[in-house]
Amino acid sequence: MRAVSSLPFTERVLILLRRLPPWAHSFVLLLPAVVWYAVFFLGPLWQMVLISFAQRGPYGGVEPGFYLDSYQELTNPLYVNVFAVTLKMALIGTLACLVIGYPLAYFLATRAGRYKTVLLLLIIVPFWTSFLIRTYAWETILDSQGVLSNVLQAIGVIHQPLQVLYSPVAIFIGIVYNYLPLMVFPLYVALERMDKRLVEASKDLGAGRFATFRQVTLPLTLPGVMTGCLLVFIPLTGEYLIPTILGGSKNIFMGSLIANQFLEVRDWPFGAALGVMVMVLLLVLVNIYLMVFRRVQSVPGL
Amino acid sequence: MGLQVQAQPAASDTQTTRTEQALWRRRLPGLLVETWLRGQAALLYIFLYAPIAVVVLYSFNNSRRVMTWGGFTTKWYYAAWTSPDVTSSLQISLTAALLNAVLAVSLGTLAALGMRSAPRWLRIGFEGLVYTTIITPEIVVAIASLLYFVSLNISLGLQTIVVTHAVYNTSIVTLIVATRLAGMDRTLEEASADLGATPFGTFWRVTLPQLYPAVLAGALLAFTFSFDDFILSFFVSGVGSTTLPLNLFSRLRFGVSPIINAVAATMLTLTLTAIVIAQLVLRKGARGTRVARVEEVAGG
Repeated sequence: MRAVSSLPFTERVLILLRRLPPWAHSFVLLLPAVVWYAVFFLGPLWQMVLISFAQRGPYGGVEPGFYLDSYQELTNPLYVNVFAVTLKMALIGTLACLVIGYPLAYFLATRAGRYKTVLLLLIIVPFWTSFLIRTYAWETILDSQGVLSNVLQAIGVIHQPLQVLYSPVAIFIGIVYNYLPLMVFPLYVALERMDKRLVEASKDLGAGRFATFRQVTLPLTLPGVMTGCLLVFIPLTGEYLIPTILGGSKNIFMGSLIANQFLEVRDWPFGAALGVMVMVLLLVLVNIYLMVFRRVQSVPGL
Repeated sequence: MGLQVQAQPAASDTQTTRTEQALWRRRLPGLLVETWLRGQAALLYIFLYAPIAVVVLYSFNNSRRVMTWGGFTTKWYYAAWTSPDVTSSLQISLTAALLNAVLAVSLGTLAALGMRSAPRWLRIGFEGLVYTTIITPEIVVAIASLLYFVSLNISLGLQTIVVTHAVYNTSIVTLIVATRLAGMDRTLEEASADLGATPFGTFWRVTLPQLYPAVLAGALLAFTFSFDDFILSFFVSGVGSTTLPLNLFSRLRFGVSPIINAVAATMLTLTLTAIVIAQLVLRKGARGTRVARVEEVAGG
C-alpha cells in the first residue's frame, strides 16, 4: 500500500472523507443549507427583532437602541382588534375550506373511479395561472356591473346589482378559491390510504351511513384534517393580496397592517414589532394545536 | 330489492305502498348523499374554472371596457407582447425563477442527503429549521429581509429577489427529496460501494439517477413558486427589477385591462405546455433510470 501522501490530491481528500465519522459526512452535506438559512433567514429574523426594539427616526428611518414603544403600541385596542379580526378570518376561512373540501376529497377518493387522476389534475391546473390574476378575475366576476351580477339579474334571482365585492363574503370566496387545494390534497391522501374494509365492517355490524362516517371514516382521516387545516390556517394569518384586492379599504387584516408600516406609514420599528408578534402568535398556536391534536388522537374509540 | 317489490302480486295495495315507503325511507339518505357528493363536486369544478374562463374569454374581447363584450379580437395579445415593460419584466421573472431553482435544488438535495445519515440531534434540529421557514408567513419573511438588506446596505434588485425566494424553496426541495430518499432502496448504493466505486461515483451513477424525479419535481415547484411570487418580490425588489407579477399589479391598480387578460392567458398556455413536457420527460426519465440501474449493477 502506498503512503497517503504520495496519492493525488483528490484521492487523498476522498480517503480523508472516508475516515471521517458518518455524522461528519452529513454535517458537510448540511452545511451549505445551514449557512444559507443562517444568513438569509435567521439573519433577517434577528434583524427584525432588533429593529422592533428600535425607535422611529424623525424622517421615517430607524434609531437604534432599546425601546419598548413599538410593543406598547401593540396593546392599542385598534391593533388588538386587527389581530382578533385576522384570527377570526383565518379560522372561518380554514373551516370553510374544510367543510367544502371534505366532500370533494371524499368524492375523489371513493366515487371518481377511473377519472380520479384527471379530476385531481383539474384541481391543480387553475393554480398554474398567476395568483394575482386569479384573484383579480374574481373582482371582474363579483363586480356590481360584472358577469355574475348580470346573469343573476337576467334570470331573476336578484333584482338589484350584486353588492358582494369589497365585503367579507368576497374575501371568503377568494380564500376558498385559493386555498381549497391545500385542504383537499391532504384529505384525499388520508381518505385514499384508509382501509376501506373498516367501513364495510362497520356497516356489516349494523352501523348506519352517518354513524360509520362519524365513528370510523372521520377519526381515521383526522391526520389529513389536521394537516389540511394547518396548511390553510398558517398562510391565511399573513394573507395580504386577497383582502387587498377583494376586501376594499374597510377590511384591514394583519398582512395589510404590516405591509402598510413599510409602504405608507414608514414606521419600520412598529412594522417589525407586528412581524415578531405574528411569529410568536403562530408558534404558540401551532404548538397548542399539535398538543391538543396528539391528546385527541390518543383517546381510544374516538 | 326494488324488483322484488314490483314482482310481488298486488295482494293488497296498501301493503305494497307501505313497503315502498319503508324502502324509500331507507334509501333516501343514501340517494341524497350520492347526489350531494356529485353535485357539490360538479359545482366546485365550475367554481374553480369560472375565473379562468373569464380571463381567457375577455382576453379576446374587442372592447376597452372589460365588462362589455365587443366582438372577437387578438389585438390585446399583440399589444401585450410588444409592450417593452411586459417583455422586460418577463425576462427578469424568468431569470430570477431559474437562478432560484438552481440554488434551491443544489442546497436542498445536498441537505436531504445529509439528513439521511445525520445523527438524531442534528436531523431534528435541521428539520425544525426547515419547518420554521415554511411556517413563517411570507409577509414576515418579506419585511424581515427588507430590513436586513437595508441595514446591511445591500442594494435591492435581482440578487435580493433570488436569495429571498431560495430560502423557502430550499426547504420545499429538501422535503421532497428527503421523502423520496426515505422510500429508496439503499442496497444499490451499498453494492456500488462494495464494488469499489468512490462515494462521488456512487452518488453520481446510483443515487442521483434514482433521485431524478424528486429533484425535477422540486425544481419545477421552486421555479413556479418564484415565477408567481408577489409578496417577497414586492418588498425586496429594487427599482430596476420589476418582475411580471409586480408589473401586472401596478397595471391592475388602474383597473383590469384586456392586455392583462392576454398576458395571463398566454402564461397559462405556456405553463400548461411546460408541465406536459415535464411530465413526458419525467416518465421517460423514470424508465431510463430503471434501465441505467440494471446496467449499472450488471456492469459494475
